[in-house]
Amino acid sequence: MNVASIIPDDRLERLSNAEITRYSRHLLLPQVGVDGQRRLKAAKVLVVGTGGLGAPLALYLAAAGVGTLGLVDFDFVEASNLQRQIIHGTRDIDRPKVASAADRVKSINPDIRVVTYNTALKSDNALSIIEDYDVVADGTDNYPTRYLVNDACVLLGKPNVYGSIFQFEGQASVFYAKEGPCYRCLYPSPPPPGLVPSCAEGGVLGVLPGIVGTIQASEVIKLVVGAGGAGGAVAGDSLIGRLLLFDAWAMKFRELKLRRDEGCPVCGKAPSIRELVDYEQFCGLKPAPGEEPVESITAKELKARLDAGDPLQVIDIREPHEQAIAPFPGARYIPLGQMARRAGEIDAAVDAVFLCKVGQRSKFAIRALREAGHRGRLLNLQDGVGAWARDVDSTLPQY
Amino acid sequence: MAKVFIPTALRAFADGKAQVEVGGATAGEVVAALAELYPDIRRHIYDAEGKLRSYVNVFVGEEDIRNFGGLGAPVPPDGEVTLVPAIAGGVAGALRAAPRQTDGIVRSKAAGRKR
Repeated sequence: MNVASIIPDDRLERLSNAEITRYSRHLLLPQVGVDGQRRLKAAKVLVVGTGGLGAPLALYLAAAGVGTLGLVDFDFVEASNLQRQIIHGTRDIDRPKVASAADRVKSINPDIRVVTYNTALKSDNALSIIEDYDVVADGTDNYPTRYLVNDACVLLGKPNVYGSIFQFEGQASVFYAKEGPCYRCLYPSPPPPGLVPSCAEGGVLGVLPGIVGTIQASEVIKLVVGAGGAGGAVAGDSLIGRLLLFDAWAMKFRELKLRRDEGCPVCGKAPSIRELVDYEQFCGLKPAPGEEPVESITAKELKARLDAGDPLQVIDIREPHEQAIAPFPGARYIPLGQMARRAGEIDAAVDAVFLCKVGQRSKFAIRALREAGHRGRLLNLQDGVGAWARDVDSTLPQY
Repeated sequence: MAKVFIPTALRAFADGKAQVEVGGATAGEVVAALAELYPDIRRHIYDAEGKLRSYVNVFVGEEDIRNFGGLGAPVPPDGEVTLVPAIAGGVAGALRAAPRQTDGIVRSKAAGRKR
């Protein structure tokens, strides 16, 4: 879909000769040209998350001459980030991600203004942060923030350039309620916690966010420059109303059509959401009223029970390749994907402890068994094998 | 036979398959045939009432079945059915705790402000 530039003409300033030299390869494109580069200079883009997707987003938007770049992240750089979050380096470990990212983009382009928000985006700050920007690029890594970014963008009338990744697979689109569907039109509600594994559990190919993040960066640039093009150039098409699916392992791109849902609770004809809500509640991260909680056991408590010779079944629900990274001694392996059909293998007369990497999927396994009618006592190893490695057996690697 | 594309997030519940061929003249029949073939995938696609989960989208060709009669949407004999679940990225299921510390560079405006 072609859209005019989201940057109004009255904000455009002249380019200096130094800027003309720096951006000459853009100026030579009739689709960008001097006019488009002036719009980039005037543009204010907010990148939410400076991780795998935010890294290429921020790097390319800075290089492209986006005048004001906002960076939001509450997190700190960790060693396990560096396989894909190329905006951060080894010496940045333990630094706030926004500080590390700001340094890097400033070194690429000292002329741009970088505004950092070393905080989590929440219902109580999202509108006041986002309202200062022309477009938001969503590089977040969790459902509550995705719904928050979506709703805030709809309420403020801003485009939301979306990208999401898992293992080898990526999704990208532009959600812009003025012109097409929003994130909620596609996904009215999130999966229950634990149903879909995260990248922290399922892994992600390091270059995948690089590819998806650069797709987002090019969509941001087209919204700013105006995908209608200037100087009689052939118009470009925005990803508004289209969902791009990318599979890096099969090396295939596919495209699906998205339509606005007239019954959408936030962008539909009679919206029921008129202000930001509690997104953790919405995403089921707080227990719903009446929901039976899953009983948990800490790594130290489990160790004590094992040492005391208590009868216990320890069930490792991780995938085989994951067990190979950090095998749990004495556990029986029943991968989550086979739990429903192998429920009969678990003895209801003996306490069973379920474990995974971080203690989320194991919770899901317990709920699945209960739904299947299992009546025995089912315990969840709190914080998973990571807690065991941290609190009981330091020879076990943390991954 | 319809070709069903299984997204990465659901492949663990379908013996690792990226695509399978199953029979069915409607989206509902094709998805049901998939769930028959791989029982472990069932609870990821259907909720407790047997309705399609709202975070799993089903497309026939390029089109979302919601716009073509839902599970009754027709699937041509050699049609392609794609399951598109929500994927979010990194964090393990739950949000991590609040920031460990702030270093004084927080520049967000006053919290709680309404638009």
